[in-house]
Amino acid sequence: MKKFKRIAIANRGEVAVRIIHACDEMGIETVLLHSEADVQTRAYRMATKKVCIGPASTAESYLNIPANVNGALAGGADAVHPGFGFLSENADFAEACEKAGLIFIGPSPKATRTLGDKVSCKEIAKKLGLPLVPGYEGENQSVAVLLQEAEKIGFPVIVKAAAGGGGRGMKVLKSAGEARELIESAQREAHSAFGSPKVFLEKYLDHAKHIEFQIFGDASGKVVHLQDRECSVQRRHQKIIEEALSPSLSIEQRRVMGESAVRLAEQVGYRGAGTVEFLLQDGKYYLLEVNTRLQVEHTVTEMVMGVDLVKAQILTAQGEPIFSDRQLVAPRGHSIECRIYAENPYQGGVPSTGLLGRVQWPEGPGRRFEYGFEDGDVITSFYDSMIAKVIVWDESRVRTIQKMKQVLRDSVVFGVHTNIPYLMEILSHPEFVQGTMTTKFIENHFSEPLRIPDLTADELQFAEASWRQLKPQTVTAGEESILSPWTSYWRGI
Amino acid sequence: MSILVSEFDLSSSEAKNNSEFMRTQIALWKKRVEQVKMGGGAEATEKHKARGKLTARERVEALLDAGTSFLEFSTLAAWDMYKGQAPAAGLITGIGVVSGTECVLVANDATVKGGTYFPITVKKHLRAQEIAAENGLPCIYLVDSGGAFLPMQDEVFPDRDHFGRIFYNQARMSAAGIPQISVVMGSCTAGGAYVPAMSDENVIVKDNGTIFLGGPPLVKAATGEEVSAQDLGGAYVHCEVSGVTDHFAENDEHAIQITREIVAHLNRRRQVTLKMRTVEEPLYDATEIYSIISKDPRVPYDVREIIARIVDGSRFHEFKFNYGKTLVCGFAHLWGMPVGIIANNGVLFSESALKTTHFIELCEQRGVPLIFLQNITGFMVGQKYENEGIAKHGAKMVMAVSNAHVPKFTVVIGGSYGAGNYGMCGRAFQPRQLWMWPNARISVMGGEQAANVLLTVKMDQMATKGEKMSTSQQVEFKKPILEKYDRESSAYYSTARIWDDGIIDPADTRRILALGVAASLNREWESQKTGVFRM
Repeated sequence: MKKFKRIAIANRGEVAVRIIHACDEMGIETVLLHSEADVQTRAYRMATKKVCIGPASTAESYLNIPANVNGALAGGADAVHPGFGFLSENADFAEACEKAGLIFIGPSPKATRTLGDKVSCKEIAKKLGLPLVPGYEGENQSVAVLLQEAEKIGFPVIVKAAAGGGGRGMKVLKSAGEARELIESAQREAHSAFGSPKVFLEKYLDHAKHIEFQIFGDASGKVVHLQDRECSVQRRHQKIIEEALSPSLSIEQRRVMGESAVRLAEQVGYRGAGTVEFLLQDGKYYLLEVNTRLQVEHTVTEMVMGVDLVKAQILTAQGEPIFSDRQLVAPRGHSIECRIYAENPYQGGVPSTGLLGRVQWPEGPGRRFEYGFEDGDVITSFYDSMIAKVIVWDESRVRTIQKMKQVLRDSVVFGVHTNIPYLMEILSHPEFVQGTMTTKFIENHFSEPLRIPDLTADELQFAEASWRQLKPQTVTAGEESILSPWTSYWRGI
Repeated sequence: MSILVSEFDLSSSEAKNNSEFMRTQIALWKKRVEQVKMGGGAEATEKHKARGKLTARERVEALLDAGTSFLEFSTLAAWDMYKGQAPAAGLITGIGVVSGTECVLVANDATVKGGTYFPITVKKHLRAQEIAAENGLPCIYLVDSGGAFLPMQDEVFPDRDHFGRIFYNQARMSAAGIPQISVVMGSCTAGGAYVPAMSDENVIVKDNGTIFLGGPPLVKAATGEEVSAQDLGGAYVHCEVSGVTDHFAENDEHAIQITREIVAHLNRRRQVTLKMRTVEEPLYDATEIYSIISKDPRVPYDVREIIARIVDGSRFHEFKFNYGKTLVCGFAHLWGMPVGIIANNGVLFSESALKTTHFIELCEQRGVPLIFLQNITGFMVGQKYENEGIAKHGAKMVMAVSNAHVPKFTVVIGGSYGAGNYGMCGRAFQPRQLWMWPNARISVMGGEQAANVLLTVKMDQMATKGEKMSTSQQVEFKKPILEKYDRESSAYYSTARIWDDGIIDPADTRRILALGVAASLNREWESQKTGVFRM
């Protein structure tokens, strides 16, 4: 067992702050590996040491393996926490760390490679008899065979170009009647777009829920699951609201799916935090993929399970067992997380950048705020637009939703647009309130940008008066380059 | 600073019609641009890629920093010219960010007639160099060209602004400290050989890149010597033997990586600092411009509605609001940078010309870049106006515009006719950039006016002989003139001939102007001088 003296954080924003909090509490120093653009951030102000690893562009900084390894070494770290996103699921990075004598806080490169890769993960799942989304990926591409297979899978079925991606050559077959024509046209499209007419068939899950299980393997080799989360509220595969536990699982489903998740992780001797994602439709569940890292939404699990997953990750990397000597507690109450994105909900969610004038989170019991930026910080266009997470806990789901709405109503973010008005609409939608939402929820109910609410005459007068009083601020020297119009992506057409 | 409050009724049926009309025009423009972006077509592209080459557009993309902008010039150059043989004139030009430095990129598209230079190609190349020179931007030439398009040699070779000017410009820019960088990714034959040879630093790609004054066929004809292209002027020869090139690249990707490294060591800094503010989005959505611009160009609107959708926070400090009201001028910020805006709001009178002259002087004095929003039929005519000296007042405006040392940017948002074009900083007055909205029209006068002038002259001639024209004859007489003016005044006719730097989506105006102003900070502005104002 080796106690860490200093941990390097290969990440930014609110997750860097989360890790610094855990380290501070454990008496471990931190080195923030940051890009040139991330100097004026909360994590920068909090970290014990800081090392600049490159320019703003992620390819040259947060995704640059040698720069991160060298930065961690230069900062005198003995371990590296990758957070989530960026290099967190990159086995090459984990290996590079180990080669340099740094401990990578996460699963082994081998576990990352086997479970993180969709194909090999599916192979293991198949061996274990775990349910996968039914499909056909066979060599025989005659229309007759494909039709037969589609029948077997059961309509609706989606046809995808084997060589493709990005939706080209993709068709949904709703019934046997239209299937032949659509398969032929998918083959033609696949041929013209990707040079190969080969197509895959897969069951089209058009009203599935996204359910995931938090798994954890401790240093003793024991793997447990810490119950589930539901993340069905997604926009183009980007999660917006997550909760624990899922309102949709029966006790039996929870038991079976949880066991499946643990069995999968045990196959590779999984160590550290991970997530097994499933789709659930019509009472049947299907394995989607495994994320071999901490999740953005780990917070809701922490709230209902009474655990600290980041500390658990660090202890595990230090070689200390966690679960062998204590009974896992039962979940208690309900927790919801809302991701706060800097974007304009009235323009279909285009990113909103600029200087944060004033930020204020309404503290209170059962409320937790994870944020990476404070008053006077600048939100740039270089990175993901998530600027904060709001997490609440209460005894029941209904009360949790009420609390979240109150918290969002009282939250103050000036300087950039946020998705808060959009979150408020979602939290009030009957489908969400009932807990019946599926991954098509946003597409079905929120495909149009929000309408700008009409102001009352009083509000309008107040707004105009304050706008007139407001003087645009002069920029201090050195900030010009960050504000240059050249530093945002644009191509005309 | 006061805020422009929009009074335009976006919900009227007229507004909806306008918006639909503008959207149709934008859709047509996008379709044409998409078409041109295919270069020389699928077959030529396939052949090109089979040699392991990236396409010109892929090269440009690879060279640019991730997450930055690229401001392309004259995408529709040569549109509807040369029997459609030269999409984009076979050349891609624009300003982009390479290794944190704003540069001018010039990339030959070898899928278009082997990247050879048509007359408009030469013009496009020279215009890109002019932009680089004015703004102090390093030039990167991605060379893959067979040289002059021989069937049209008389229009590309001999004159001042023809092929040779490219090398003259390289020499002059190099002397002015503006880096010249070439990447030889295909052939550089004859005159083309001077592009890399005249560069400060250059790169050549193995196998595909060649440089020679005379190719193997010419050598054989001239001296009888038989030699392969690689032995004559390939990457090994020029990097190891001749020293014509500095860096050896394995392939296109490698060459681009080396080029990014070259730029990273140029040590370029901004030469002009402005007093900046934090950036504010306008209060109104830019696409609302579509509803404001009338389908019928004769229907007037308040140009402040447009300004409100371009400038930061829709804040506008207007100058002489109550005087010379057919022209609006005032100070604003654009993406945090101070700018002076001059916009037409009707025909030009003496007062409007005097007001503009005064305002340009203010911007000159304070070092504030100028933006012209041009929608002008011309100066007022008639005895009253001539007698009060509108010609000398207009001359003052033209004098001030011509000699302004601050960077000038022009957007033609409607008509651009006659002397109005001059006073409002038309092409001849060297704006750093000049853009056209799809609805814009440009000609010496409106088609109807031109036809009437010619008709009056004709009828006067006939009258001296005692002849007369019937109404139907008059209509017949005017028809070809109207048709000619209609065709030649369209934005496409203009942009094909590079009378502008491109057609733009009105909703992008704010961003495009901001990119231009920001790029202009890379070279010190010339010192302030004025000529004799006729008083």
